Amino acid sequence: MIKVIQAGLYTSIQDIGRFGYRNIGVPTSGTMDSISANFANALLNNNSNDAVLEITMLGPKLEFTTPTVIIITGAEMSSKLNNISITNYKKYSIKKGDILSFGELKKGLRCYLAVKGGFKTSKVLKSRSFYNGITSKDSFKKHDIILYDSYADDINTFNSAIKNTTLFFETKVLEVYKGPDFNLFTLEEQQKICSNKYTVSNLMNRMGYRIKETIIKHNKSILTSPVLPGTVQLTPSGQLIILMKDAQTTGGYPRILQLTEKSIAILAQKKEGDTFNFLLI
Amino acid sequence: MSTFKLTYKPFGESAILIEWPQIISIDILDDIRNFSFVINKLDLKYILEINFVYSSLLIIYKSNKIKYADLNKKLQFIYNEKSVKKNNFKKTIWEIPVCYDIEFGIDLPFLSLQKKISIEEIISTHSSSYYTVFGVGFLPGFLYLGGLSKKLHFKRRDTPRLKVPKGAVAIGGNQTGIYPKISPGGWHIIGETPISIFDIKNKKPCLIIPGDKVKFYPISKQEFKSLELQIEAGMYRLKSVGK
Repeated sequence: MIKVIQAGLYTSIQDIGRFGYRNIGVPTSGTMDSISANFANALLNNNSNDAVLEITMLGPKLEFTTPTVIIITGAEMSSKLNNISITNYKKYSIKKGDILSFGELKKGLRCYLAVKGGFKTSKVLKSRSFYNGITSKDSFKKHDIILYDSYADDINTFNSAIKNTTLFFETKVLEVYKGPDFNLFTLEEQQKICSNKYTVSNLMNRMGYRIKETIIKHNKSILTSPVLPGTVQLTPSGQLIILMKDAQTTGGYPRILQLTEKSIAILAQKKEGDTFNFLLI
Repeated sequence: MSTFKLTYKPFGESAILIEWPQIISIDILDDIRNFSFVINKLDLKYILEINFVYSSLLIIYKSNKIKYADLNKKLQFIYNEKSVKKNNFKKTIWEIPVCYDIEFGIDLPFLSLQKKISIEEIISTHSSSYYTVFGVGFLPGFLYLGGLSKKLHFKRRDTPRLKVPKGAVAIGGNQTGIYPKISPGGWHIIGETPISIFDIKNKKPCLIIPGDKVKFYPISKQEFKSLELQIEAGMYRLKSVGK
């Protein structure tokens, strides 16, 4: 298992998400950047639904008490194993007593730590993904423990890091589909929505990203209807809210655009002040 | 089965949104429940999940197993051709205690001013109706309740509050509802219930289901505190009447 020495800003367990409970209002949850998380599981030969640790902005300090193999993908956060710098996208053997720590955030916002066989925290409603009110906690605190099955295999001699000079999430372009309520707006408004440049505000978390710009004030209200992770809502005050993995299952603001899963992963790596634009597909 | 003209829309890479006429109607609700029931019964392996609220039904499917156009065609066929007997769903009425003291109902003075009716009238109007549960969504256990008196309709806040307390009873547009946990929200808060609508400790985390009815009854601050203690001790059961 892992002993949490320092929790970091927001460190949680996530898998591919919780399906089948939207009818009682339970969000999908799951990894924000599913591309990086899938990559981590694939490189360890794990199942794609194995649970990983999602680490946000400021990483934790973790002590391993049993052997395993780990890999880190996604954001670059100056990770260190026993105080020696390690590289993302490379497997490392872990011995009892090893300490993993993180430092300066260099690229992206969220990184994924996977262990061989996945983390074994308890499943609630068929998923291990943390979500406040469903699982007993929404993020780890100091002194928590994180379970996994021990695995002994010395792999350090025959694996080299995948060279990632440009990470997929460094693009500023988010591919989107028209949302169900796109046609509530005039052609001119639609063009404005699609061509504007947007900035991530400080109001952003696993539920959603609020965007700084005010584009089109309106008074169009819709009868509450289902929404999805990646749904772009336009509030009456003219701001965009992009729903993310822990988002509500229904909403009342017009759904103007819908991000692809890849675009959700890209946005999940953006932080306050980062800019982007949409590309309608 | 076909009764309404439906609109089918793609919603992202792997979901389809089906819209009934966008009005609040128990006939529409029953029709959606029936359609959803029929689809569920077919046990189609490429459908991941189905949920509905008011007059819209969302189907999330495995896009590597079926194409949008094929699923769309299949769903239209099911809706238009399949003859299914109307289901007679059990409709339970749930009684929910609410403290409308302005300590909880922080937007009561504002609503009273805007709607030009007294706070007492807002409370008596809100607690005398039977509300139909038109869906559960937004948050785990959030009930969309139809049947709010026209006297109390009031548009949502332009900018949602970042934190609304658990149990807050609120009005947004022509709807009323209860916030099942602390969350952001754009509705006007008129009171608070001490009971938990959604409790993961229960075998069924959410007892109230679409089609049920809900009735609010006013309680004092003292009753609120005493109910809170009963709930904490696990001695309180949500009251329901009739079937």
